[in-house]
Formats: sequence, C-alpha cells, structure tokens
Amino acid sequence: MSEKIGYSRPVAIGSMLILGIWLVLAAFPFIWTVWGSFKVEADFFSRESFWNAITGPATQRQTGGSFTLDGYRGAWVEREFYLAAWNTVIVTVCVTTISLFFGTLGGYALSRSTRNYTFWILIAALVFRAMPHITLVSGYLLPFFEMNIWGHLPTAIIVLVAINQPFTLWMLHSFFKSIPKDLDESAMVDGCTRFQAFRLAIMPVMWPGVITTGLFSFLLAYNDFSVTALLLNQTNQTMVPKINSFLGTIQTEGSIMFAVAATVSATVPLFILVMFFQRQIVSGLTAGAVKG
Amino acid sequence: MRHRDFAAFIWPSALAMLLFIALPIVSVAVQSLYIEHDQVLVTAENCGPFGCTEETRVDTAATAAKRIEEPLGRFNGLGTYTNRAHLAINEVSAILSDNRGFGDVVARVMNLPFYKALSFTLLYTFLVTPLAMIFGFAIALGVNRLSRSLKGVVIFISLLPYIVTPLLGSLILYWMINADGVIGATLQFIFNDPDLSLKASPTLTWITLIVYGTWHMAPFAFVVFYAGLQTLPKDTLESAMIDGANRWERIRYVVMPHLTPLATFVGLVLLMDNFRVFEPIIGFSAEAHATSLSWLIYNDLTGQVNQMYGSAAATSILTMLGVIILLTPILIRTWREFKRKAH
Repeated sequence: MSEKIGYSRPVAIGSMLILGIWLVLAAFPFIWTVWGSFKVEADFFSRESFWNAITGPATQRQTGGSFTLDGYRGAWVEREFYLAAWNTVIVTVCVTTISLFFGTLGGYALSRSTRNYTFWILIAALVFRAMPHITLVSGYLLPFFEMNIWGHLPTAIIVLVAINQPFTLWMLHSFFKSIPKDLDESAMVDGCTRFQAFRLAIMPVMWPGVITTGLFSFLLAYNDFSVTALLLNQTNQTMVPKINSFLGTIQTEGSIMFAVAATVSATVPLFILVMFFQRQIVSGLTAGAVKG
Repeated sequence: MRHRDFAAFIWPSALAMLLFIALPIVSVAVQSLYIEHDQVLVTAENCGPFGCTEETRVDTAATAAKRIEEPLGRFNGLGTYTNRAHLAINEVSAILSDNRGFGDVVARVMNLPFYKALSFTLLYTFLVTPLAMIFGFAIALGVNRLSRSLKGVVIFISLLPYIVTPLLGSLILYWMINADGVIGATLQFIFNDPDLSLKASPTLTWITLIVYGTWHMAPFAFVVFYAGLQTLPKDTLESAMIDGANRWERIRYVVMPHLTPLATFVGLVLLMDNFRVFEPIIGFSAEAHATSLSWLIYNDLTGQVNQMYGSAAATSILTMLGVIILLTPILIRTWREFKRKAH
C-alpha cells in the first residue's frame, strides 16, 4: 500500500532518517537517567567529562562498586518516599474507580439520548476540559480552608474525579456510540428496565472501552501536579509534588541524587504500563478522532 | 430515552462537574473582586529619656482577627484586574503616550508580569502545536513503512515522551542540559564556549521550553496520524491511479482530505493542552526568563508570606477568557453542524 501511494527512494531514506533521530531523542533521556541514578552526584553531574556518568570513577572511589543504591536508599528510606508512593496508589486507584463508575453511567446516557441537552452537556464538558487545572484550584483553596477539608486525600480524590469527568464522558460516550442501539433496545423489549439493559446487555461488551478510558483516568491522576501540589498537606503528598519538594530543600551533597532516584522510581511504573497496555493506549488516543 | 432515565444516569457525573468545576469558576469570579485586608496599624507614643516619638506598628492580632472574620478580604471591584500585576491599564497607557517607537513599546510592555506571561503562553501554544503536528506526521510516515515486527517496539519507544509525567519529564531533560549534564557539556564542546548555558538567556530558555513541548506532544500527533494512515481508502486510491492521477494528485485529493478531520482533532487537543503550559517552567526552573499564565496563578497561590487569592483569581478569570477565545471558532463550527443535523 504505502509503496504505491508515494514511494520514492529519497523520501524513504528521509523518513527513515527522521524516524531514527526521533527514536534516539525519545529513548535516550530515559536510558541515561535510569543508568545515572545508580551513580553518585559527582559522576552524574560531572564537571570533567560526561563519560564519568557512564563509567563512574567517583562511584568506585566513594562506594567501592560501579553501581550504588545510595540515591534510592536516601529517597525511599531517609526521606520516606514510600509514604508518597502509597498516597499515589490510594489516589490513583480511587480516582480511576470513581471516574469510571460516574463516567460509564453518564457516557451511556449521553450516547442513547437524542435530545438537545445532550449536545449542550457535551459542549460544556469540552469547555471544562479546556480549563487549565490551576485556574480551578485557585477557586478551591479559600472555600476548602474555610470548610476545613484542605489537605486530606479524599478532597484531592474527588477534585481529580471531577476534573477527569469531561474527558471520561467524551471518551466513553464515543465508545458507547459504537455499540448498536438494537442491543439494549431488544433487551428492553424482553422486559429489562433501562438499568438492567445497561448492566446486562451493554456492559459485558463495553470492557475494552472501559479499560482504555480507565488507563487515561489513571494517567491523569498519576501525572497531576497542580491539584496534588496545592491541595494536599505535607504528610498526604503524592509522588510528583514530593519530588518537587526534594528540589526545594537545602541542597546537601547527594540529595539531588535522591530526586533523580525518586524520578526514576516514579517513571518506571509508567513504562511497564505502556508495555502491557500499548494497544489500548493507542486506541484511546484515536477514539476521539475517529468519532470526529 | 426518557428524561427520568437520562437524569438517573447522568446525575453523579453532572453533580461532580457542577460542584467542582462550575462552582469553583463562580468562586474564582467572586474572589477576583476582593483583595486581602490591609494590615491593621496602631500608632503608639513611645516616651523615653530623649522625648516622645510616635511609632507605627502592625497589630498582628487585629489583622488576624480581621482575616478570620472576613476571609475573602475587602471589596476591590475591578481594581485587581487593572493593577500593575494584571492588565496594567495605567502603565500601558503611559507607555503608549510616551515612547520611542514600536520596539520600545514592546520591550516595556513585556516587562509587565501579565503581558510577559501572556506572550510566552501564546508563543508556546502557537509554535508547539504546529511543530508537534509536523513531527508527529513525519514519524507516522516513517513507522508506516516499517515491517510489522518492528512497529510494536517503535511505537512503544515513541509513546514514552508523551506518557511521562510532565514535571518529571522536564526534570529529566533539565538535568541533562545542565552545564554538568551530558547535553549541556556536549553543546559547550560543539560551540567551543565553556560558558554556554541554556539557562542564561531568555531566548535560549524559550527555545529549550519549546523543544521540550514538541518532544512531549509529538507522540500524540503521531499516534492519531498513524491510525489515520491505516484506514486510507484503498479503493479510492486505486481508482484515482486508474484515472491517471500522479503521486502528488493522489496525496492532494485522496490522502489529505482523509486526514483533515484528524488534523483538526489533533490541533484542538494540542491547543487546549499547550495553553495550560506550567510544569515545564517549574521543572526547568525557567521562571526568571519565561513565565506562563498558569505559572502566575501558581506563584500567587504559593506565596512565601501570604497567599494572594484575589490576584490569582483575577489571573484565572483572564486565563479562562483566553480559553474561551481560543475555543470560539471550534464552538461555532460545532454549533453549525449541530443545527444542520437537527433540521
């Protein structure tokens, strides 16, 4: 196919060259940082030559081996990064579950109703989706302080669920649209109520769409900085604001390596996620586009 | 679907959006009209051996009491919007009435915090969006030529810059472009300038952030365009060939019309995501040279002494207006399509 529509040698070589450069640009920073996180600061940020980050002479001198776990030990044990990791687990699991629960119900309703207000709800969701999160956060802070609910995990969770809803609704709406209406209508003719039709006839065939949407809800909660950094107190911090606070504190020798190690620890789960769910992520990114 | 059923299904989602998106917008609008209380000052006469002096000091207890009593602060009308930190009406009109040519006006307006942030946000949005689309399309063309066995690995690697947490992705690159990091050291070597630093000049900082934005967003454009290339209408292409269309005509009249709706979608999502640019500025510690609207709000909210809710709220409202303006063409188009379908 592709040979027929535009094959020519210069174009082919050119696009392979671009692709090759891109792959290096995409992969190199991560490989470099993962490798460097097992070195000491004098090697990863070497004044003499960046080869030191690869071979690690200072790591040899200081620790006796060419790899060291000092950065990880410092971050996870000394600075209690495990607390932040546990908070992240709580936040992401709750946000994903609640978002999907609200989103499947709402998305189903929007896909099956043919009335005008569905259009307006979807447009409002689009506008809400475009709002920078930090503008909403500036609306939460004062009321949350007044109501004394600032700083707790449930507050951040419900806020993230709400911020997630516009996107979740759009995505699930387009997945539900792809399931023929006959399916639930025939179930209702057979005597199901609307909810039974939804639960017994539609949900069993919706799992791929739900899993895909769940991945993106998870990513939004996991990657968030503006909400978690401003709405959570010190003890309830999740990983991303915690890493940012590593950088703000007084720089002692090696503490920057805590941040490097913590960054690697927070990034690796994402890589594993992509490895297992690559197909769903690709289909999710295109779901909105196909619907047009 | 009956109204009652619709309401029964939609209410959890609608309630969440109403309480935590619509209501905060109202709360922001209200807060933007108020400003923090002035500190309560008391004057006391201080008499010592060398006569009496009047001393003015801050009554901390009274100030705190006032804050607890009226947490919103005092009413300020649109004062916050027009002050120096926001639209700076007085400053701008002073610059416009007394200046030395266009270059001078631009330089001086760019010194005002709001306009500085606005110009970076707009430049970032309107450069990163097309750049990410062009690179994404080029990558999609390349991947489309690969054999099936290679595609999986290549797509996996390509997704990484998009999936990584924005703050962490920018930190990873920031450590590398450091003068002690691998890219920073290599650039110093290439340009033979041991003092070269990407952090030193505003221009280099802006370029760094835009390169980061393109790196972060190109995979999204790539995935959508790649999916579009998989569904090219084969029959139409073949009949165009039979009708004697050459390569360019086939791309122009078959491939491009097929990809246009996808390009619109990618452009819309990229515009929305790029306009809220914020994390890279924190990650790259770029605030000395580049600020964005979102960063201004964050900075007001994390103030060292007092959080400036009024100021943050005013910037938020101005940012939301910016989003609405950005979305208007799309909203009008969708509305027209909806009306056409309805009739």
